[in-house]
Amino acid sequence: MTDTNPTVNSAGYEVPPELRQNVAITTLDKIWNMGRRYSVWPMMFGLACCAIEMICTAASRYDLARFGMEVMRPSPRQSDLMIVSGTVTKKMIPQIVRLYNQMPEPKYVLAMGACASGGGPFKEGYNVVSGVDQYVPVDVYVPGCPPTPQALLHGLMKLQEKIDSESITQVRWYGKEDIPAIPVPLLGPDLIDPRDNELIKQETSKKPAAPAAAPAAPAPAAEAAS
Amino acid sequence: MTEATTAAPVEKSELEKRFPDAVKADARPGYAGFLVDTSKLIEVATALRDEMGYDYLSSVTAVDYYSDAPNAENFIEVVYHFYKSTGGGALELKVQTPRENSTVPSLTPLYAGADFQEREAYDLYGVNFEGHPDQRRILMWEGFAGYPMRKDWKEAYFEEEVKPFKNRWPEGQVYRIEDRNPFNKNNAYPQGFDPTGFKETDDPKLYEVLERAAREYSEDIDTEQVVVNLGPQHPSTHGVFRMAVRLDGETIVALKPVMGYLHRNHEKIGERNTWTMNMPFTDRLDYLSSMSNNFGYALAVEKLMGDKAAPPERAEYIRVIMAELTRISNHLWAIGFLLNDLGAFFTPALYAIVERELILDIFEATTGSRMMCNYFRFGGVARDLPEGVLEKIKSLVTERLPRKIDELDIYLSENELVRSRSEGIGVITPEEAIAFSTAGPVLRASGVPYDVRRADPYSIYDRFKFDVTVRQHGDVYDRYMIRIDEMRQSLQILNQALKDLPGGEIMNGKNPYQVRVPAGESYGRVEGPKGELGFYIVSNGKGNPARYHVRAPSFINLTVLEKMCVGQKVADVVVNLGSIDIVLGEVDR
Repeated sequence: MTDTNPTVNSAGYEVPPELRQNVAITTLDKIWNMGRRYSVWPMMFGLACCAIEMICTAASRYDLARFGMEVMRPSPRQSDLMIVSGTVTKKMIPQIVRLYNQMPEPKYVLAMGACASGGGPFKEGYNVVSGVDQYVPVDVYVPGCPPTPQALLHGLMKLQEKIDSESITQVRWYGKEDIPAIPVPLLGPDLIDPRDNELIKQETSKKPAAPAAAPAAPAPAAEAAS
Repeated sequence: MTEATTAAPVEKSELEKRFPDAVKADARPGYAGFLVDTSKLIEVATALRDEMGYDYLSSVTAVDYYSDAPNAENFIEVVYHFYKSTGGGALELKVQTPRENSTVPSLTPLYAGADFQEREAYDLYGVNFEGHPDQRRILMWEGFAGYPMRKDWKEAYFEEEVKPFKNRWPEGQVYRIEDRNPFNKNNAYPQGFDPTGFKETDDPKLYEVLERAAREYSEDIDTEQVVVNLGPQHPSTHGVFRMAVRLDGETIVALKPVMGYLHRNHEKIGERNTWTMNMPFTDRLDYLSSMSNNFGYALAVEKLMGDKAAPPERAEYIRVIMAELTRISNHLWAIGFLLNDLGAFFTPALYAIVERELILDIFEATTGSRMMCNYFRFGGVARDLPEGVLEKIKSLVTERLPRKIDELDIYLSENELVRSRSEGIGVITPEEAIAFSTAGPVLRASGVPYDVRRADPYSIYDRFKFDVTVRQHGDVYDRYMIRIDEMRQSLQILNQALKDLPGGEIMNGKNPYQVRVPAGESYGRVEGPKGELGFYIVSNGKGNPARYHVRAPSFINLTVLEKMCVGQKVADVVVNLGSIDIVLGEVDR
């Protein structure tokens, strides 16, 4: 730890030059964040094409280890960062939410690629969720289809910046309130988000104005337009 | 135009003569093959398999002929493509069934490889296969409302039948489709559905089937069995794949693959897209080998378009060069990750990835993208090789790659641990390999020298000298070795192609914004790195495919997984799966 490290030793106190090899004065936030930003453990969790680029990022040429992030953990219990690398489908989203709930705080989510960010080229598909952020909170979005390893590295550095900006006094996981788990969606006639239950009931009990219009115009669109 | 017309005409008449009442040639313009009476299908298929040598059922799929015009003749057609495992063209059978209560006899008892494909047709089209041993939904889940691939089924985000959508630029305005959905999500529910207290039905049904399968496996001692789910989040499943396994101690008693976690509706979207728009979507099927996918799709469409889309010489050579480079990069990856599954965590994979990166550099220089190349066009390729790339390919092919493949071979093939973990594991006999419609390295490792490049040559593969690799034991070790052999053969093809690469045009005519594809059907297939990759397309002469089906080798190769694993230890499941080399984008599509 030397004074050339920008993340510590900038608390506004001057350390005499002869002591700089041994002494650093910093704030708790800074030292706490420095520890966290250089040891983010991503979850070994690949969904689709982007996972291949994620693996390439971890491999020798792009070498994620330079950022202290090479320890990919298959278990959510040991990981800090969920890289959602690929298309999120309705069949998979219950598992993703479950995995997210199982991750211990502090936890971050990085949406890698167009599909995870908003559905991407497959958005209109009947089994595709338009973006993982409809179910879990996302910290960083990385565009691309798939993003190159460089882009993913940039996204990870942005995450580090976000970690730097956090303060131990304000983060949610040291707060008094419990952090509620995200309700796990169910696979019914279509994907059911338990948070929408009331709305679903309300919409499906409407008198069949929708089916009459169904062949020509899409039912939901017609309703929204009215 | 289609392959069936080039198939031996003797058998054609033979089949019709043999079943004069049940079989008649498909006379619709642009179509080939035979229409078979539903009640006689089993009989005809048995004769095909046992007497005429069509022992390999390549593809089963359904097509929905639907129009909401009054008096339209609406029906669902199930299409079968048969091949001989000794080579040659296709024999195509079709069975028509009404859209209500569609029922077709299942071919699974005759051709075990029909299993998953029939389940897929049931899942997406609602065709009942009578006599299917395990007819459940495969890509969607039990309880999903409707059969999504039917033409009159509309998804929640439905805008228009075909692209390009009218509301987009230049006339229209772009809007967010979720804003027009009451839930702000890609969801729609049937009338009167009440979500309170809803229970899922998919998993209970799966466990029921698993228990039934376990009963067939009898042991002398009655022990307690455990169900273990490997996946969908599991480091060894190469993506989001799940295996429900029933264990007796360490021994696998029953195994059912569960897929669809990456089912992103290629085929439904593909029928909405224009012909050209589908090209980048094929990249995302088997995302490790996008060039091969492009190749298959381009071939299928070019077959329908005829001479006006025949690629010029230079384009043909570039296509072969790219496809073979793709094969090498795919096999490098497959070997690296098979070793991962064997327990050599990431070190062999790192060595393999380094070489793959060099090939990706070539792709990036040529096409602009590392993985999703979107390089082929109907009648050629999108861009010529840029300056310097040819030299790079040459030095890679003649100097670096042969040495590196030898290096992998030396360090891995004779390794005691690799051999003891993989020899004699997951053995598939040649008969089983053919019956289960396995393709590519899995088929050839079982002693069946079947390679589409040789058995039914496409593009300019008949000009090159190469061996069809084959190994005799059908175990994991042979499935690993066959990939090393194949990389060497690919290098041989590359050397010849690079030597003969002519100059000249790379496109037949101008690269059009829209292509016109005459009405008809075609089945184009290539030998992809994973096996036979086929595209079955039906055109009705409009700007969009009426049917766009992908015969995905990874998906069909998985049919044999249960056979490979039952009776073995749980640790070998992972290795068996790794040796099939699946890519989930292609399995689930």
